[in-house]
Amino acid sequence: MRALRIVFGKEFLENLRDRRTLVSALLFGPLFGPLLFGFMVSRMLNQSVVESDEALKLTISGSEHAPGLTRYLEAQGVKLTMAKLSENEARAAVRGGGAKVVLIIPDSYAPRFRAAAPAPVLLVADSADSQTRKSADRARMLLTSYGSNIAQLRLQIRGVNPLLAVPVAVNEVDVATPTGRAVVVLGFMTYFVLFAVLMGGLYLAIDSTAGERERGSLESLLCLPVARASLVGGKILATCAYMCISLALSLTAFVCVFRFVPLERLGMSANLGAGTGLILFAICLPFVPLGAALMTFVASFTRSYREAQTYLTAVLLIPTLPIAFAGIYSLKTQSSLMFIPSLSQHLLMTSMLKDEPIGVLDASVSAASSLLVAAVLMVLTARHWRRETMLG
Amino acid sequence: MIEARHLSKRFGAVEAVQDVSFTARDGEITGILGANGAGKSTCLRMLYGVLTPDSGEARIDGIDIRGETSKARAHLGVLPHAAGLYGNLTARENIHYFGSLHGLGRERLRSRSAELAGILGMEDFMERRAKGFSQGQRIKVALARALVHDPGNIVLDEPTNGLDVMAIRNLRDLLLGLKALGRCVLFSSHVMQEVAVLCDRVVIIGRGRVLADATMQSLREQSGAASLEEAFLQVLGGTEGVS
Repeated sequence: MRALRIVFGKEFLENLRDRRTLVSALLFGPLFGPLLFGFMVSRMLNQSVVESDEALKLTISGSEHAPGLTRYLEAQGVKLTMAKLSENEARAAVRGGGAKVVLIIPDSYAPRFRAAAPAPVLLVADSADSQTRKSADRARMLLTSYGSNIAQLRLQIRGVNPLLAVPVAVNEVDVATPTGRAVVVLGFMTYFVLFAVLMGGLYLAIDSTAGERERGSLESLLCLPVARASLVGGKILATCAYMCISLALSLTAFVCVFRFVPLERLGMSANLGAGTGLILFAICLPFVPLGAALMTFVASFTRSYREAQTYLTAVLLIPTLPIAFAGIYSLKTQSSLMFIPSLSQHLLMTSMLKDEPIGVLDASVSAASSLLVAAVLMVLTARHWRRETMLG
Repeated sequence: MIEARHLSKRFGAVEAVQDVSFTARDGEITGILGANGAGKSTCLRMLYGVLTPDSGEARIDGIDIRGETSKARAHLGVLPHAAGLYGNLTARENIHYFGSLHGLGRERLRSRSAELAGILGMEDFMERRAKGFSQGQRIKVALARALVHDPGNIVLDEPTNGLDVMAIRNLRDLLLGLKALGRCVLFSSHVMQEVAVLCDRVVIIGRGRVLADATMQSLREQSGAASLEEAFLQVLGGTEGVS
């Protein structure tokens, strides 16, 4: 126990003096995610605001043929730009980006309208452009509703109940909430948290194993009258400490970012306050020894810093796999998934952020399974350190 | 006292060490002389217990290194072939780290590192980080680290490698000082002159076997050779690589 404490203290101190460790553990790892996240969410929100609130812009040609329609569109708040375009000119304008949506009212519109025959209009837009498509949809809807207004008036004038022309009344219920999109974003966020956890311990895990070998201090260390398990334990513990710091920083950064991003519009728990942050910390805590043991284990097999870095970069991707699966199969929090580390933390954190209740049992299973895997990895690492091949 | 008894070790098809026995006594400097790849390091590694012999045993002050590893190691200071330092720790912190893992208390650490700093001439750089140390400074700290618990037995694997003349001389004085204190010093080398100057007893190893185990005195008499160099060459026969 004493030896474990000494090893822990030395590894902690030594890496505190290492700029590389500090930058990756305390700067890059924990802050990269929240900053990117904040940027992404802000952009997404801005875009949806632009789409829904902004007035529809329409270039209209031949409006003199349809004064009624023109008045109707203006009354609906459409920003009209008057132009004189032939069909081909309109196509060119849309393709060239000079206009987004062009409405052409041909000469034949007025006589046909007066004769109560279908009066043609031409709507020119580029449906491959998602922004334009939305504008075109809105224009089409306005034209349809103008048409049905006119139809009802015509029937009324002829003494026919206009409701006869409306055999079906469709009431749409749209269940698509912004939450659907938010889930994707939340997946990112929880991954960044787990990423920060691993990044926090990455360099220490390398330095205390492959680094020890590369600088030639390993054999002296192995000659000491200290159980190898204590050496490994101290090293893993120091890695855990850095990972905890990184986790705390990452969550703090997220709490700060959430304060500036109006998340309620994405259907997320609006107040990721200190309390939620603490619970998220508790959810992730069992993942810390698992990550530390895994990285130390992998790094113990490598001969050099460079080799360790190569393999541990792959380890950094491990928590993404279950999260990616969760995204593809849109998995929800359920007890059977709590046995899978990283996925269980992801699901619990997502639930927490969506303000859904978390089962005590689920949280316990998640913690227990992670700790169990961590314990197995620690035993394997200690066993490897007892081997002669450790000397390299 | 360090005893090797019938030590053998093979790595795959290679018989690295075969039936090696010798004793390094207290108050003497024992040299292991052999070419590169003769099995010196493997032999020493079995003595300080980081390699397990396939057969035979190693004893430090009569304690079996495999049976009671920690107890035996308390009597043993080791300077391995690769003796790197922690660059982000100062010389003192490097020494204290090993001392505290040997179980030394704070007071003992302080007095012992002051003592070693004096003996090895490290006062100037005790508080400096080891990152920029010269080879000579590094070896001093590594030696202090190996000696911090004042062990009765010291094993050094090619300690003069990469040292300049001055540093080698310092090291030689240090080993003679340890001998005067009645310690058992065992070191390996492939440099004949080094062994000749320093050792009371020499164990010559070639292809994993002991070719000779004698005091310098008797080696000289046995061979009847005029110089030590010739005596060595006679023992080594066709073995190459000893300079």
